[in-house]
Amino acid sequence: MAIETTPAGIFGLIALMALVTLVTRFGGVFLMSFVPISPRIESFINTMASSVLIAIIVPMAVGGDLGALAALLATAVTMLALRKPLPAISAGLVAAASVRYLG
Amino acid sequence: MPLANYPYQFQPRKVRSEFFRLLPISFFVVAFGAAFGLAAVQVGLSPFESLIMSSVVFAGASQFAALDMWGTQVSVLPLLAVVFAINSRHLLMGASLYPMLKDVSPGKRYALLLLLTDANWAVAAQEYQSGRRNLEVIVGGGLVLWLAWIIGTALGVYFGGLLQNPKALGLDMVLGCFLLAMALGGKKSPRVLVAWLVAGFASLAAWKWLPSNMHVVVGALAGGAVGFFWLDKTGKSAVNREGEADHGD
Repeated sequence: MAIETTPAGIFGLIALMALVTLVTRFGGVFLMSFVPISPRIESFINTMASSVLIAIIVPMAVGGDLGALAALLATAVTMLALRKPLPAISAGLVAAASVRYLG
Repeated sequence: MPLANYPYQFQPRKVRSEFFRLLPISFFVVAFGAAFGLAAVQVGLSPFESLIMSSVVFAGASQFAALDMWGTQVSVLPLLAVVFAINSRHLLMGASLYPMLKDVSPGKRYALLLLLTDANWAVAAQEYQSGRRNLEVIVGGGLVLWLAWIIGTALGVYFGGLLQNPKALGLDMVLGCFLLAMALGGKKSPRVLVAWLVAGFASLAAWKWLPSNMHVVVGALAGGAVGFFWLDKTGKSAVNREGEADHGD
């Protein structure tokens, strides 16, 4: 099925996109409300949460250019050294910009 | 009795301070919003339609992907499948907040999920690992990120891309660096490091060999499985220990 991108069609498509996105925002919480929170489930949730971050970042590092890799490395080193996010992110951006400028 | 069921107390002042805490990252979100706005008018969306999309969808990566599929006609099911796949990480992000959200009435619970996105979730999840309960960042931080996304889109549709080449300044890496900083700022234990290793390899394998956009969910579930089978032996959950822990910002 295809929708023509007339003004009405576009608003229909946007509404459908919004609905699908809303399902993803609500769905996990809705399903969890049927799951009793045992220590095992809580342990699952906690390791899953930080794993979301890793699962976003690792393919970004592997699939990205040298600048992307430099950015993530600089952020990691600065974060582990200073434990403050803003300097860590700034270091990452400077690293990406420098590598791309030189490369 | 109904009162006793939802013990989470929202602090309006904290909502405001979390708004300002995520203000710096929101400036970068404006830059991405501008890139989206420009791309949207280039594929033929009107400024108003672009703004509506950013306001009600509020999920950048999936909006960019939708533009790739835009034409005089748009195939509905492929579009919705891609939007769902890219945004399916929200399912896990929301689930991870459930131990806190169950202490909030359903009305408020789902209302604040409207503002759930990567950056504010990452802060809430990281603080939860350190024993602090912070749903205020979902509201306050979500609000500033949402406004930034809309303002950025408006700038993009009316004034074009703000920057000739945001990539040259490393701006495409802001969210990645932010999420990495959040991950590294959280609680680390051998169990967590093993989970990250598993999550990293699983996401890479999914990214290489599975249909696109599935790697986040696959990697996160793989990492979660480590936690499911390997319980923290120290016993007490971090949940109810309020306060302390290093505060980063």
